[in-house]
Amino acid sequence: MKLFGTGGVVAAAVFALTGFAANAAECIAPANPGGGWDFTCRQVGKSLQDLGLIDQTMQVVNLAGGGGGVAFAEVVNKRNDDNELIVAASAATATRLAQGAYPGNTMDQVRWLAAIGADYGVIAVAADSPINTLPELLDQIKADPSSVSVAGGSAVGGWDHLKVLIAANAYGIDDVRSVKYIAFDGGGEAVTQLLAGSVQAFTGDISEAKGFVDSGDIKVIAVLAPERLPGEFADFPTAKEQGVDAIGANWRGFYAPGGMSDEAYNDWVSKIAQLYASDEWKEVMAANGLAPLDLQGEDFQNFVADSVAQIQAISKEIGIIK
Amino acid sequence: METLASLGDGFAIALTWQNLMLALLGCFLGTVMGALPGLGPSNGVAILIPLAFTLGLGATPSLILLTSVYYGAMYGGRISSILLNIPGDEPAMMTCLDGHPMARKGLAGEALSLSGIASFVGAFLATWGLIVLAPQLVKIALLFGPAEYFALFALAFMTLGGVSSTNQAKSAFAAALGLGLATIGVDTQTGVPRFTFGEVHLYDGLDFLVAIVGLFALSEVFIFLEHRHGGSDADSRKLKIGKLYPPMSMIKSCTPTMLRTSFLGFLAGVLPGAGASLGSFISYTMEKRLVDKENTFGTGDPRGVAAPEAGNNAAAGGALVPMLALGVPGSGTTAVLLAVLLALNITPGPLLFTQNPDVVWGLVAALFIANFMLLAMNIPMVGLFTRVLMIPSRILMPIVAMVSFVGIYGISGSSFDLLVMIGFGVMGWVLRKLDVPLVPIILGTLLGNAMENNLRRAVTIDNGDWWTLIDSPLSIGLWAIAVIGFILPLIVGARVKAKMHQRRDEEGAISD
Repeated sequence: MKLFGTGGVVAAAVFALTGFAANAAECIAPANPGGGWDFTCRQVGKSLQDLGLIDQTMQVVNLAGGGGGVAFAEVVNKRNDDNELIVAASAATATRLAQGAYPGNTMDQVRWLAAIGADYGVIAVAADSPINTLPELLDQIKADPSSVSVAGGSAVGGWDHLKVLIAANAYGIDDVRSVKYIAFDGGGEAVTQLLAGSVQAFTGDISEAKGFVDSGDIKVIAVLAPERLPGEFADFPTAKEQGVDAIGANWRGFYAPGGMSDEAYNDWVSKIAQLYASDEWKEVMAANGLAPLDLQGEDFQNFVADSVAQIQAISKEIGIIK
Repeated sequence: METLASLGDGFAIALTWQNLMLALLGCFLGTVMGALPGLGPSNGVAILIPLAFTLGLGATPSLILLTSVYYGAMYGGRISSILLNIPGDEPAMMTCLDGHPMARKGLAGEALSLSGIASFVGAFLATWGLIVLAPQLVKIALLFGPAEYFALFALAFMTLGGVSSTNQAKSAFAAALGLGLATIGVDTQTGVPRFTFGEVHLYDGLDFLVAIVGLFALSEVFIFLEHRHGGSDADSRKLKIGKLYPPMSMIKSCTPTMLRTSFLGFLAGVLPGAGASLGSFISYTMEKRLVDKENTFGTGDPRGVAAPEAGNNAAAGGALVPMLALGVPGSGTTAVLLAVLLALNITPGPLLFTQNPDVVWGLVAALFIANFMLLAMNIPMVGLFTRVLMIPSRILMPIVAMVSFVGIYGISGSSFDLLVMIGFGVMGWVLRKLDVPLVPIILGTLLGNAMENNLRRAVTIDNGDWWTLIDSPLSIGLWAIAVIGFILPLIVGARVKAKMHQRRDEEGAISD
C-alpha cells in the first residue's frame, strides 16, 4: 500500500500546484517553463512584487504551442476583456504575426503594453577567419553568394535569418534570396558549426555569442544596435558605424487583451515603466544580458507596428509570404 | 584532475536536501516500476515526466529525479524475474534464466542480494566510464558537421532493429512511422507549415512528451482495461525470500564475471540504438561461453545471475554517454530523457559540457548517490518491493492514468494536448497488439527533425552536392558501421533472437 500512499501525495501536490488563486494578476507565458517568455513572466512578476507594485504574487500560466499562436488565439477569442492579464512577447511574436504564422490573427487584435529590454543581434565569424569587418563579409556575399554560409538558430524566415537580410539589404544587396542561410536548432548549435568550420558566419543574439567571445573562439564583426552598448559589450562595433544602417533588436515585452479598459491599460503601462526605471531591474538586465529598450504605451505600439511592417516587406521579398 | 574538480562541484549541487529527496523518491519509484511486470524503464520515466514538470522542478532536479528512476528501474527489473520468472522489463529477461532456478532451490534471498550487488558494480563502473568517456567524445564532437550527424542518426536507426526486437521489419515500420510524425509542424529550413491543416497547435509539431506519455503510459492503461477480468498479474502467492546476504565465497566467485560484463555492457550501451537489453544479453552469452565449464548456467548458477544484471546496469550508464555528449540517445529510455532535456530548454551535445556544466556534473554526482541508495534499498529492503508485486493492477492503473492526465495538462494547460495524448494512447495500444515496438516511434519522432535538418543543411552548404554526405573519413566510418549493424542481424540475428526470446513469457513491448 506504500505505492498507493505515494500516489496520493503526488496527486495532492499536483492539484495544489495547478490550483488558481482568485483575482490575482496573471501572466501567460506562451511556451513551456524554462524559455525566454517564461523568464519574462516570472522575472517581471517577481520584481513587480518586490517593488510593491502589485500586492499579490503574479500567477504565471504556461500556455505553449504554435510558437505563441495558441496563447494569442486564447487571449483574442476567450479573454478579450480581461483587465488582469498580460502576455509575454518578443521579436519572435512580431515576426510570426507579420508572416501570418498565427492563423487568422493580427497584431491590432491586442494592445501592446511595453518593452522591458532587448537582446541586440550580432553577426560574428570564427576567431581565425580572414574577415574582420561587416562590409568585408557582405562584399564576399555580394561577389559570390554560394561561398558564404550563414548559420543561425532560428528557422528560415525567423528572426536570426531576417537580421542578416536586413543588414544585406542595407548594404545594397538587392536579391536577398541569394544569401545562403542555414537554420540550426538554437544559437549554440549554430556557433558550434561555425567553430567546426562547416559555415562561415553566424547570426544570433548577443547573449548567445557572449560566452564564445569571452573564450576567444569567435569575433563579433557587427552588433545591430543604434549605438555601442554599455559595459562589457562596448568593444563590439555597430553595423551603423561601418556604414551599414541595420538595426535588429530581439526585444522582450508584453501585450494585453484588445478589450482591456483604458484605465487598466494605463495602469499596467505605468507599473512596467516604474519597474523599468528601477535600479533593481537594471541589475536584472545586466545579469541576463538584456540591453536597454525604453518603450512604453503608445511608443511601443508604434514600434511593434513598424517592425511588423519591415518584417512583412522582407518576408515578401524572400518568398515566405505572398 | 579537472574532471575530478568538476565532479566535486557536481556533488555540491547534488547534495542538497531537495536533490537528495528527489533521488530517493526516484530510486524508490524506479525500483517499483522496474519490479512491476509490464512497466519498464521507458514507461517508468515517461509516467513520471509530468510529475517533474508539475512540481516546477528546474533542469538539474528534474534530471536527478528521472535518471534515478531510470537506474532504479534497471535494479527493479530483476525482482520479478527471480521471484516470479516474469521479467519486470526486457533487460531483466536474461536474469530469469538462472535467477528463478536459484529461487526454486530456496536461494531467492541470495539471488536477490547477489543481483543487487552485480547491479551496483555494473552501474558504478559505468558511471565512471561516463565520466571518462563523455568529455573525450565532446572533444571529437567538433568533427561532426551536418553530414556526420546525419550519418550518426542513420546509424542509430539502422542498428535499432538489430537484436532488441522480434521483427526487424516491424522495427523499421515503427521508425518510419515516427519519422513521418516528426514532419508535422513548421519546416525550419523553409519556414513552411507541413501537415498542420491550419491548426495552430500543430505549428510547433507534436510535443514528444505528450507522445511518450500517451504511447507508453496510457496504452498500459488500455491494455489493463482490456484484460481487467483477468485480475492481478501476481496473485497473492506466498513468496519465500530466505536469507538476504550471499556468502562471501559466492560474491568472490562472481567478481571476475561482474567486472567483465560491466565493461561489455557499458560498450553495448554506448552504441546508439542498442541499449540495455543487448547489454544483458551479450553479457550472459559471453559469460556462458567463458566460464560455464560444468554446464551449470540455466540451472541456478550465481554467475548467470550476476552477469546479465551487471551488464544491463552498465549499459544503462553507457547509454547516457552519447546522449549527453552528442545529443543522440543510446537507448529507448535515454531517448525519453533526451526529450525531457529538450523540453527544459537544454540542448544536449558538445556545448552542454561548457554551457551547463552544473547540469552534467550534478547529474553524474546524482548517479553515484542514487546508486548507493539503490544498493541500500535493494538488499536490506528488498522485502518491501516484493510486496509491491502484489499490488493489484486495478489500483495501480488508475494512478498511472491520473498522473498522465493531470501531468500533461499541467505542462501545457492545453486540452488539445490531452486529445493528442489519448490518440497516441490508442495508437500505442493497437501497435502493441500488433507486436510493433514503441521505442523506434519515439526515436523517430524525436530525432526525425534533427536528422532531416542535418541532411538538408549538409546539402545546402555544399550547394546541392549529395556526395558531401560521404566525403569525410568520419562519415564513411559511421556509414560502414551502420550498414554492418543493419545487415549483420539479418544473417546471425535469427539464431540470437530465438535464444533471447525463448524465455519471454510476457507479451507487449517492454523493451528498453
